[in-house]
Amino acid sequence: MEYISLFVKSIFVDNMIFAYFLGMCSYLAVSKNVKTANGLGLAVIFVLLCTLPLNYLLNTYVLQPGALSWLGEGFKDVDLSFLSFIVFIAVIAAFTQLVEMIVEKFLPSLYSSLGIYLPLIAVNCAILGGSLFMQQRDFVNVGESAVYALGSGLGWYLAIVALAAIREKMSYCNVPKPLKGIGITFITVGLMGMAFMIFMGIQI
Amino acid sequence: MDNKLKETILNPIFKGNPITVLVLGICSSLAVTVQLKGACVMALSVIVVTGLSSLLVSLLRNTIPNRVRIIVQLVVVALMVILVDQFLKAYAYSVGKQLSVYIGLIITNCIVMGRIEAFALGNKPLPSLLDGLANGFGYGMILVIVAFFRELLGSGTLFGFRVLPEAYVPNNLVILPPFALILLGCIIWVQRAVDKDLQEN
Repeated sequence: MEYISLFVKSIFVDNMIFAYFLGMCSYLAVSKNVKTANGLGLAVIFVLLCTLPLNYLLNTYVLQPGALSWLGEGFKDVDLSFLSFIVFIAVIAAFTQLVEMIVEKFLPSLYSSLGIYLPLIAVNCAILGGSLFMQQRDFVNVGESAVYALGSGLGWYLAIVALAAIREKMSYCNVPKPLKGIGITFITVGLMGMAFMIFMGIQI
Repeated sequence: MDNKLKETILNPIFKGNPITVLVLGICSSLAVTVQLKGACVMALSVIVVTGLSSLLVSLLRNTIPNRVRIIVQLVVVALMVILVDQFLKAYAYSVGKQLSVYIGLIITNCIVMGRIEAFALGNKPLPSLLDGLANGFGYGMILVIVAFFRELLGSGTLFGFRVLPEAYVPNNLVILPPFALILLGCIIWVQRAVDKDLQEN
């Protein structure tokens, strides 16, 4: 039951885009049509789902204050948490590189359709943000962190596909010239964010 | 050379502003604009990180192998962010706490990586340092403008001091995250109405 609650919450209430503005750069740049948005969304879900539990384990057994106590008595007071940024980003960058190589080798058609967006995932704030939020939230086990990763990935996916669909329709609209392109997109995202606010404060 | 340096400094502030024109670094910027104080600290942190990491990468540019450059750049940026984070923890603990994960997210701020890729890898240290600082400043300026309106209309205060009379009823919508995006849309609208070259077709 807690898993379901965490899952729903991370999709809607704590939506990566509308509640925390994470992964905004690629969100705005890649949402011009639904097809590429779909591809990038799936890639983000996948990378989040793999890196977040991995970073959880690293955080619990290496980085936290006292996390190294399994090595022996002498390591009880070691606090490596100041290293967490560098460790998390290294894991994410290495993992993205790995995924890129695997996809290139075994699924060339998917690779060519994702193109440049695959390596860009390494600098997608939603991924690093997920890991940093995980550090703040004190999840009790790997399962919880995986559920959180899946939920926030899905939330991001939902948001980018929805915006891409709206932008496809909007290309037929008569927008004031200075507002065309990125300006109106910002305002649209703002309005979508307001719609998402109805989920705030929901207790499941 | 002098003109070129001037161009390097002035361009990111208006014509090539990283937020409103290049649309980079929106990620970590909008959530910290509820109050001016947080926005100023964030802006300063980003200026320091962009300037110093551009400088460092530019110094190293001839020794970095092309294939692993992304990872090297990430490590350099992460190093600078750790320095800023530790500094804030030591001297401005409460503000640092309020900015929470967004300081860490400067690592993935596209402005930092973008300027390293586009400028610092191919230029001498001094222009790179100036370019980094100027881009950080262009980013910080937008951040402060957005925070000014949000704090003024949302709480009637500036830097925590009351500016509007007590009779003013704070507009709660302004404090909510979506309004930051709408405000940014309006800033872009104004900028593009003034400068017609930036309009999209």
